[in-house]
Amino acid sequence: MIREITLGQYYPIDSLLHRLDPRTKLFGTLIFIVSLFLANSVLAYVAATVFLFGCIRLSRVPFGFMVRGLRAVLVLLLISVSFNLFLTPGEPIVTIGFLKVTWEGLRMAGFMALRLIYLVIGSSVMTLTTTPNQLTDGLEKSLGFLKRVGVPVHEVSMMMSIALRFIPILVEETDKIMKAQMARGADFESGNLIRKAKAMVPLLVPLFISAFRRATDLAMAMEARCYHGGAGRTKMKPLRYAGWDRVAYGVLVAYIVAVVLLRV
Amino acid sequence: MGIIRASKLIYDYIRRDEDDHIEEVNRAIDNMTVDIQKGDFVAILGHNGSGKSTFAKQINGILLPTEGAVWISEMNTADDSHIWDIRKTAGMVFQNPDNQIIGNVVEEDVGFGPENMGIPTDEIWRRVDESLEKVGMTAYRLKSPNKLSGGQKQRVAIAGVMAMRPECIVLDEPTAMLDPNGRREVIATLHELNRKEGITILLITHYMEEVIDADRVIVMDDGRIVMDGTPREIFSRVSELKSYRLDVPQVTELAYELRQAGVVMPECVLTMDEMMACLLPLMKACYPETVRLEGDA
Repeated sequence: MIREITLGQYYPIDSLLHRLDPRTKLFGTLIFIVSLFLANSVLAYVAATVFLFGCIRLSRVPFGFMVRGLRAVLVLLLISVSFNLFLTPGEPIVTIGFLKVTWEGLRMAGFMALRLIYLVIGSSVMTLTTTPNQLTDGLEKSLGFLKRVGVPVHEVSMMMSIALRFIPILVEETDKIMKAQMARGADFESGNLIRKAKAMVPLLVPLFISAFRRATDLAMAMEARCYHGGAGRTKMKPLRYAGWDRVAYGVLVAYIVAVVLLRV
Repeated sequence: MGIIRASKLIYDYIRRDEDDHIEEVNRAIDNMTVDIQKGDFVAILGHNGSGKSTFAKQINGILLPTEGAVWISEMNTADDSHIWDIRKTAGMVFQNPDNQIIGNVVEEDVGFGPENMGIPTDEIWRRVDESLEKVGMTAYRLKSPNKLSGGQKQRVAIAGVMAMRPECIVLDEPTAMLDPNGRREVIATLHELNRKEGITILLITHYMEEVIDADRVIVMDDGRIVMDGTPREIFSRVSELKSYRLDVPQVTELAYELRQAGVVMPECVLTMDEMMACLLPLMKACYPETVRLEGDA
């Protein structure tokens, strides 16, 4: 039951967007998010819409997957839309009791909704087209400048990729421990929240102990294979910009300039 | 001079309490001297706690001797400046396949060692291709290690060591967590590497069946070497092996029991074929009608 967890939401097909360098995609997402906060006119939003839908088409990921992420932010979306709708001062159109809907409010609420929706879809485009590993690699490379101020970028990204490797193993282990406990009469299902939380203790303790043991073993195995941090290390799959990445950067610059120019 | 040499090696596990006072000293290796020749397939046998795993960890400097010394290709493991060369020369494979695979994709894991050694990218790819080929895992190079069987994972781990171009591979009970098929798979891979690539193999195990094809068997008990010889020499000393709480292969045991019972049997029988060769003529003598040997008309 617990096995179906998948981390990240990578959609494995081959498309132009899938093949782009992860750094390009990270930077592109950043630019897109910035552009959403800069945009304050209908035309600027039209530009954002064209850009986003262009990306979705290029990614060849079904549209349903894109909007799936929206469910998580639905409540947030409703709250911010209604706040903007009712609480923006200006010319009232409809008045329901003390609530006034104004033209300005309508406009603001519309923009706010679009901004949130595009934000979620925009980042989904990245996570759907990039494997968690590529993302880690991309982050390591693009944050490399932080090394100079003492941030252990390589170590953190190594930790992230090892964590990714061990998630399925630990999930399987949890399943095993759970079954072993259930075979001896443990009850994980019934009772209120507090009882359920208490039932988790005999599950978590062995899981943690085993995770620590695995960590010790893994550290030894890594040392035995000459791992000694990021210094002097080469890469089997170094990130290299290809022709399409240059095109993508060109498109990104054109896009952000367009959004800035279309501002009111 | 052998590739792995230990002289008067002693290793103590020391447990200290919170104030750093010594609480308990456990001598895992007690005055061990051994010399392993390049290109040999050596098996180390011993029951739990005999010090065989501790010895394995001495070989690539994960543990350092309390007294005495270990040399790998004439490099002293206690010498800090050689530690990476030593680990390159003597690769190590551990017991639990899950806890030694670092990469999320098979080929990336095989490339992990060379990456750490600072090998240029093109050369890494060449070594990864080559190593996967040698252990017969090329077809799985893009798979996630989580989707492989135990035996396949151990072969990936061996490929990961091979990619570092070692002269010798030390395997610390690599088959303990595998099913019989996985075990056969791994042992066959090791013999092939030993034969074709001339890699020195040091296999630590407690499965007797894995030992019979080795060039040399070392039996450890209580931190000391108690027997050392070819499998045939070792397994002919059945009662001595039993005194070290070790078993012999089933056919060997049967032959031993038959000899004890007065049946004419050779000194040591290691394989099923040898056993058949001994038993069939005997059976033929007893039941001439029912037993027919090859070559009988």
